[in-house]
Amino acid sequence: MRHRPERAAPEAAGRDYLLSVYYERTVWAVSVPLTLLGLLEREPSHGYDLKRDYDAYFGRGKPLSFGQLYATLARLDRDGKAIAGPAEPGGGPDRKRYVITDAGTADVERWLSEPAPPEPGLHSVLFTKVVLAVMLGRSAGRFLDIQRAAHLQRMHELTELKRSDNMADVLLADHGLYHLEADLRWIDHTAARLDLLTQAVRR
Amino acid sequence: MSAGNQPAVAGQPGVIIEARGVVKSFGQTPALRGATLSTAQGEILAVMGPSGSGKSTLLHCLAGILTPDEGEVWFAGGRLDTRSEGERSALRRDRFGFVFQSGQLVPELTAEENVALPLLWSGTRRGPALAQARQWLGRLGLDGLERRRSGELSGGQAQRVALARGLVARPDIIFADEPTGSLDSVAGEHVMNLLTDAARQEGTTVILVTHEARVAAYASRQVIVRDGTVSTLTGVAP
Repeated sequence: MRHRPERAAPEAAGRDYLLSVYYERTVWAVSVPLTLLGLLEREPSHGYDLKRDYDAYFGRGKPLSFGQLYATLARLDRDGKAIAGPAEPGGGPDRKRYVITDAGTADVERWLSEPAPPEPGLHSVLFTKVVLAVMLGRSAGRFLDIQRAAHLQRMHELTELKRSDNMADVLLADHGLYHLEADLRWIDHTAARLDLLTQAVRR
Repeated sequence: MSAGNQPAVAGQPGVIIEARGVVKSFGQTPALRGATLSTAQGEILAVMGPSGSGKSTLLHCLAGILTPDEGEVWFAGGRLDTRSEGERSALRRDRFGFVFQSGQLVPELTAEENVALPLLWSGTRRGPALAQARQWLGRLGLDGLERRRSGELSGGQAQRVALARGLVARPDIIFADEPTGSLDSVAGEHVMNLLTDAARQEGTTVILVTHEARVAAYASRQVIVRDGTVSTLTGVAP
């Protein structure tokens, strides 16, 4: 019996997953400028308020830096997507209120009406490893078993995370679970067809 | 409970049920070819595998519904497979609970009567049995549906009634065979949350047969049945 390496508690590990890998693959692929424009379409806002709302809804585990925030707002202003109002009295480094323009609203409208590109994601890595294992005469079945165990472990962690009362966490975990489930189906399907793959790949 | 994918070790304290080299055939068709599996007290174990792999047969052997052609089944430190049919029936009635894919409620009985059945079979008087049944129905969010018959319940509600029936006698082990198989994803998730929450609170062992990864993910450990034998999943390369 082989022992698994020590790992973080399921909830912590699951949260790490949501806040890193998941974030990198999904949320971060979202355009920060368009997301900020969307927040501005809701209501004119100060930079601080934009950062607060961005971090709360979209920046899970990777909050927007003030540097990136103000650089992005400056570009939106330059490109005519948003207008920075005059500096307002009060404490803090920036008291400008930003307002979206018609061009900015049109960008948000267009963006929200387009489908997100379907991602091949992890499959390319799995596919490469399986094909290479077959080419090299190694046990692709063994690799698929190891991968299946890793996927199921991650799915268990995400399922535990869904006990959270935070609906955003629950929906993010669901998103991750469905992607992992799709991977697992591919793993099972491939495991059942390794003999055919071997005939096709080996010379 | 065993941690992660570490199996309960046969013969060690805490193991509540185990199969040792179980072989079972139906006519000329082998279903199990030496299946070995052990489960710890309080563990939630998922038994996965494709259709026809033998996972339901393994569950039926563990529960004493079927007897193996070869091999042994142990429960709570004693042989189960060598007991008489009557003794195994009593064990199933008093120590085990069952949840099947389609609920299998008795259609002529109300929800509370269905839930009370294991208690009535064990000799509990009708009044206290129905009172306990109503408590479990309330615990599973079925208040107000006590007098309905299975035909008047949605699939998810009927499966929760079946779950209450499986839990009402506070069994040592719940055997759940594809308990969400007839439900949509939301109802299935609800049933699995209730099952695992109740099992944790009661310290009940759950042996969950499923071919769905999302359902197996509720378990703390998963094994796969392939061609009649059991493979324990490991996550580390050799």
